[in-house]
Amino acid sequence: MADHGERNVNYRNVNENPCNMCMPMGGILALKGIEQSMVIVHGSQGCSTYMRRHIAEHFNEPVDVGSSSLNEKGTIYGGEPNLRLALDNIIKVYHPKLIGIVTTCLAETIGEDIGRITDQYLRDREMDGFPIITASTPGYGGSHFEGYFFTLKRIIMQLTKATEKNNKINIIIPNMSPGDIRELKRILEQMNIEYVLCPDFSDTLDRPFSKPYTKISNGGTKLADIKEMGGGLATIQMGVTIDDAISPGKYLADEFGVPLYNVPIPIGAENTDIFINTLVKITGKVIPQSLHNERGRLLDGMVDSHKYNFFGRSVIFGEPEMVYAVAKTCLENGVFPVVIATGSQEGKLKQLLVAALTDAVEESKILVETDFAHILAASQEARVNIAIGPSDGRYLTEKGEIPLVRLGFPIHDRVGGQRLVSVGYTGTMMLLDRITNTLLENKYRSYRSSMYEKFYQKDMG
Amino acid sequence: MAMNNAGTIAERDKSIVIKGKNKKQLQCDTDSSAGCVSQRACVYCGARVVLNPITDAIHLVHGPIGCASYTWDIRGSLSSVAELYRNSFSTDLKERDVIFGGEQKLTDAIDGLMEKYQAKLIFVYSTCIVGVIGDDLQAICNAASQKYNIEVIPVESSGFIGNKSAGYRAAADALLRLIKPAEGIVMEKTNSINYLGDFNLAGETWIIQNYLRQMGIEMNVTFTGDSNYEALKLAPKARLNIIQCAGSMIYLAGKMEELYGIPYIQISFLGIEDTTASLRKIAAAVGDESTMAKAEELIRKETSRVEAIIKGYRQKLIGKKAAIYVGGGFKAISLVKQFREIGIDVVMIGTQTGRQEEYDTINNLVDNGTVILDDANPAELEKFMMQKGANLLVGGVKERPLAYKLGMAFIDHNHDRKHPLSGFEGAVNFAEEVYSTVCSPVWNSLIDKGIGSGVKCDG
Repeated sequence: MADHGERNVNYRNVNENPCNMCMPMGGILALKGIEQSMVIVHGSQGCSTYMRRHIAEHFNEPVDVGSSSLNEKGTIYGGEPNLRLALDNIIKVYHPKLIGIVTTCLAETIGEDIGRITDQYLRDREMDGFPIITASTPGYGGSHFEGYFFTLKRIIMQLTKATEKNNKINIIIPNMSPGDIRELKRILEQMNIEYVLCPDFSDTLDRPFSKPYTKISNGGTKLADIKEMGGGLATIQMGVTIDDAISPGKYLADEFGVPLYNVPIPIGAENTDIFINTLVKITGKVIPQSLHNERGRLLDGMVDSHKYNFFGRSVIFGEPEMVYAVAKTCLENGVFPVVIATGSQEGKLKQLLVAALTDAVEESKILVETDFAHILAASQEARVNIAIGPSDGRYLTEKGEIPLVRLGFPIHDRVGGQRLVSVGYTGTMMLLDRITNTLLENKYRSYRSSMYEKFYQKDMG
Repeated sequence: MAMNNAGTIAERDKSIVIKGKNKKQLQCDTDSSAGCVSQRACVYCGARVVLNPITDAIHLVHGPIGCASYTWDIRGSLSSVAELYRNSFSTDLKERDVIFGGEQKLTDAIDGLMEKYQAKLIFVYSTCIVGVIGDDLQAICNAASQKYNIEVIPVESSGFIGNKSAGYRAAADALLRLIKPAEGIVMEKTNSINYLGDFNLAGETWIIQNYLRQMGIEMNVTFTGDSNYEALKLAPKARLNIIQCAGSMIYLAGKMEELYGIPYIQISFLGIEDTTASLRKIAAAVGDESTMAKAEELIRKETSRVEAIIKGYRQKLIGKKAAIYVGGGFKAISLVKQFREIGIDVVMIGTQTGRQEEYDTINNLVDNGTVILDDANPAELEKFMMQKGANLLVGGVKERPLAYKLGMAFIDHNHDRKHPLSGFEGAVNFAEEVYSTVCSPVWNSLIDKGIGSGVKCDG
């Protein structure tokens, strides 16, 4: 993780309207993609409630997350009794197959050793072998983005064993919509590829309506599959921006010799080509005609919209991985990304963007560990006319009259964030249409009056 | 592991009673048990909810980013002038700050904010780790107060020092500090009242202010909906405090009575019955006969306007069963009466932070067999709503998807809502909202047994 020492130019005294959340939030999201899992947040009661509220509002799903509900006593004398009670109660009510424990600022600051506590707990309860994933995710240690990948790495570190080689490709994904995950799976199935996708919250955080209601929803990456990831044919990780220290794919490569292919999220024609070509390279499979057709339709649509898009000057913000993929998509369509921003740590984002922008017609402003006050100021200076990112970007609309295309997490002021599809050729087309139509809507809304004001003079008539 | 679904938690037993069945007294106002999946938030949340509607204040969270991030502009409080409160400021503490202390950073943050905004009032919220690493918030706030000659008020809201109620108290202490007149100054009483426990969600404070104006009563200041530094400073001038949200304000009201001789009465503007009773109570407390007459005139006018509308909804809703799970007790009590107005019985009722006397009132109000529970969790809500055959749930954001997954209607009664539920207007909105969710056609689509049974074709 990035060094927070004196050299860090992003260190500032006050953050004005945050563009990121905290580490345990990412940990919860990753753990929600594991089958029959429950999560306990080791800290005071509020942390889990705030995160549940945020997640519930985005996904429109019940999000049950336990808390060790640390009080004053636990803070002074240690939180072990609280954490043990939390484990007892969660097991009693939910009967999970796996429990993930993520920590908070409070637990880390008072020095809780959750590894030792859970080992002792399992021994005392005679539950040897029951998987409890522990992840140290202090809120001051990074954003939800780093928390997500770090927890995912911990999941794999604690579940994956050296096994026989198999024919499956490990697909490691960042935080994306359940709709996107389903689209990825459709592409993989279209190409007849055996895979383990982790974490898979396409059902757990977007479950179909059915009766009776179950406290833990079906779906999620199977524990047996995670166990065998060490024997995978290769790992494709959509994590080009992350540091090696939090890279689950790097761990699988180092520990089990599984070849790692780090690719961008397949949003955009080129990024999707990279993904598909990587699949072909690993498996030797033939690309089906249906996928060629999808690509052809995307190219056709890109041409149809290119003139409208060329007047787009975008600000892109959110989690680094998403920001990078969308910036590339904007670049290939002429929606020039004049401001590219994340509240998360820099990772490899900046160096990748600098490379991608080498031949750009204009300079882009890149902001990392930033906040919305800075994003707004940079956007206004760069005469941005479209914003792409999560709902908090409505601040840019309200203060700077910049229309917002909602993408990423969280989307809490509109419905359907969990269903947005933006990956693959077809998903890219859907995202691009949303961008183009927003530009058009904005133009058509004002062009009559703006032309009138600009050109009409009274004595003309 | 056993796969039965009925796991219950022993320590929760005391917090659940069934009216008429158990003689025991409900246990409330205790810390949440670990692993119970409580719906409660924390001390900081309680404090922020109460103080955030103060429109011209800088709300600065001293802590890591999460606390400020999860509370940025998600509330529906409206302002007539300033917009500063809609920003979320944080000292964004990082690892090195936790190790070396965050005091200098806080001082620098205040300096930076003052340069940009020149505010008269800053609230500095303490978060969990500030309570542990021992930053001296008092000293830093005092120094900044003196430097800028403004109010910089620390809010003791470290998450682990209690539950949401402790946050209400921390907010009240901050408010008491704010309204304290300068040494030697005695404020003259005016014939006005303070309105406590309304946060101007979707303009609710304004609705009530209009009512009082029509009755010839002057509202001094609201705690804290659409309030500001100047107005709050004059709070001791009022001759009466009326309290709506008692959970968050009763402590403050008691202190104001003690310090400034302002008596208080509890009122509620949720539902026609409570709104009407409250207007009469206020008129009787501060007015003369003409005030009473104006109150009656207002009540008559408004009731005749909304009665027919409510009656229309009642006919469509009569016999339905409601479950209530909300933050505070006053709201729960009013909701029972409000549901009766539209022909609906309450079969389950609970709160996050209700007080003993509020639960006593609830117990007297509801029918035998009604489940009453404090600090409930999703498993309990699910269990009792299904057991009692509830048709709808009233709650907040976290409860909404649970209701929907159970195929149940839902009413948003939280701080995020964008429509007023107070007064006569609010009563109509409420009835309309209940109707819109209970009588929506979508529920019909859930009845069939799958695609096969729903197929309609010509052949």
